[in-house]
Amino acid sequence: MFEYIQILGQEVYKILFVLVPILVSVAMIVWLDRRVWGLVQKRKGPNVVGPFGLLQTLADALKYIFKEIIIPASANKAVFVLAPIVTMTLALVAWAVIPMSEEFVLADINVGVLYLFAVSSLGVYGIIMGGWASNSKYPFLGAIRSAAQMVSYEVSIGIIIINVLLCVGSLNLKEIVFAQKDLWYVIPLFPMFVIFFISALAETNRPPFDLPEAEAELVAGYQTEYSGMMYAMFWLGEYANILLMCAMGSILFLGGWLPIIDIYPINLIPAPIWMILKILFLFFLFALIKAIVPRYRYDQLMRLGWKIFLPFSLFYLVLTASFLFYFDKLPKGNF
Amino acid sequence: MLVHSIFFYFFSVIAIFSSLMVITSRNTVNSVFFLILDFISVGCLFIMVGAEFLGMIILIVYVGAVAVLFLFVVMMLNVAEQKQSWFIGKKSTHIPTGLIVSVLILLELLVVVGGWKYKDNVMSSSTLKLSNISNTHQLGLVMYTDYILYFQIAGIILLLSMIGAILLTFRQRKGVKKQSYFNQISRNPSSSIELKEVETNKGVKIDA
Repeated sequence: MFEYIQILGQEVYKILFVLVPILVSVAMIVWLDRRVWGLVQKRKGPNVVGPFGLLQTLADALKYIFKEIIIPASANKAVFVLAPIVTMTLALVAWAVIPMSEEFVLADINVGVLYLFAVSSLGVYGIIMGGWASNSKYPFLGAIRSAAQMVSYEVSIGIIIINVLLCVGSLNLKEIVFAQKDLWYVIPLFPMFVIFFISALAETNRPPFDLPEAEAELVAGYQTEYSGMMYAMFWLGEYANILLMCAMGSILFLGGWLPIIDIYPINLIPAPIWMILKILFLFFLFALIKAIVPRYRYDQLMRLGWKIFLPFSLFYLVLTASFLFYFDKLPKGNF
Repeated sequence: MLVHSIFFYFFSVIAIFSSLMVITSRNTVNSVFFLILDFISVGCLFIMVGAEFLGMIILIVYVGAVAVLFLFVVMMLNVAEQKQSWFIGKKSTHIPTGLIVSVLILLELLVVVGGWKYKDNVMSSSTLKLSNISNTHQLGLVMYTDYILYFQIAGIILLLSMIGAILLTFRQRKGVKKQSYFNQISRNPSSSIELKEVETNKGVKIDA
C-alpha cells in the first residue's frame, strides 16, 4: 500500500510540474495577446502593472476572484456550474500527452494524436452546457452557433491529421516529431498547414471566427450570464485551448522540439526552448490575425468549412497517398 | 492489479448508473448528458482492456460528433417542457410502437448472440501477430485483409444512409438570394456605378 502512495506522490509531482507552468504561461499569453493587439493598432496595450505590464493578467485574475458569482434564478444550476469546470479541465487534461522534449512528457501513449483530437472535440461541451444552462436567449444562440462551427471544423482538422499520419505511420506524438528529423512537414504539406491554422482559429472561437461571442449580435454569447471566477475559468480554458492548438500545430508541422538546423551552435539550445519558441510563433500569428482580420459572416464560415476546406483537404489526402505510394515512401511500420 | 480493478469498477459503476439515468431522468437534456457520460466511461473501459484505438474512436465519433448533434436537436426542440404521459396516465401512441421495436431488437440480439461464432483461426490468423505490434496496426492488418469485404460493405451502407438523409431533407427553395463570390469580386466601378442627371421636378427612375 505504501508503494502505491509513493507512486501517487511522484505522479502528482510530475503533473504539477506540467500544470503550473501552463497556467502561468496562459496568464502571460493573455498579456502577449493584448500587447500585440495594441501594437498593431498603434496603442501601447497593458503596460502599467509590473514591468511592461506583465502582471496585468494576475491583477485581472485577482479582481475576478473577489467578484461575486451570480447564478441566474432560472438557470439549471448544476449544469451552469459544471460548464466552466468542464471547459477548463478539458483544456488542461490534453497537455498530458504533449511532448516538450524527448524525455519531458507526462504520458507517452500509442494513440497520442487521437487523444488530442478527442479532447479538443470534447471542448464544445463546455460551451453548449454553459449556453443552455443559462436559460437565456443570447447564450443559447451563441452555444448553438459554436456547436455547429466546432463540429464542422473538426472534420477538416481530422482529415489534416490523417494527412500527417500517412507520412509518419504512427499515432504516437514522439514518433511524429522523429519522422520530421530531415524535413518538417510544413514544407511538403504547406497547404495543409495553412488550413490547419485557419481551422484551429475556428475551433478555438478566435477572431475572425468568434461568432459564438460576437458582441455586436450576441452580447457575449455563451458567457453572457457568467460572472466572477466562473467567467475567468471560461477565459482561462479558452486560452489554454489556444495554446494547445499551437502546440499541436508545432508538433504536427513544425517538428516539435527539433532545432531548425542540426548544426553545432544552434543545437546547443535545449529542446523545450525550441518547442516553446514554436508555440510562441504560432500564438503570435493567432494574435496578429485577431488584430488585422474582420469577422466572418456565419454563412461564409460554414461555406469555408464544408465547401472549401473539406474537399481540398480530401483532395490533398489522395494526392499525398498517391505520391507516397508511387515513390514507394509509405512508412513500413515497426513490425 | 488492485489499482486496475478499482478503476474498472469505478468506470463500470458510472457506466451502469448513467445508462439507468438516461432512461429514468425526466429532463431530456439531462438524459443526453448522462448518455455522454455513459459513452465516456465505456470509452475508458475500452482503453483499460488495451483497446486504446477503439476507446479513442468512441470518444471522437460518439461523444465528439454524434452526441453533440443529439444535444443540438434535443435543445432546439425544447422537449424538456413536455410531461411524460407514461407517468401521468394519459393515452400515448408512442409507447406501444416503442415496445414493439425494442422487443424486436431484443429478439435480434438473442439470435445474433446465440449464433455467435468466432472465425476458426482468429488467433492463429497469419495476419495477426499478437506480439509487440500496436493495437492500431493490428486492427488495420485484420480489417484490410481478412475482413476487407465487410469493411467496404459497411462503408457503402453508411454512404447510402447519408445520401438518404440528404434526400429526405433536401428541398429546392425558390427566391433565395445567394451571394456569388465570382460576380462580386469581378465587379468594377464602370459596371456597377451609373451617374444620372436629375432634372428638377421630374425625379429619376432607378432600379429599371
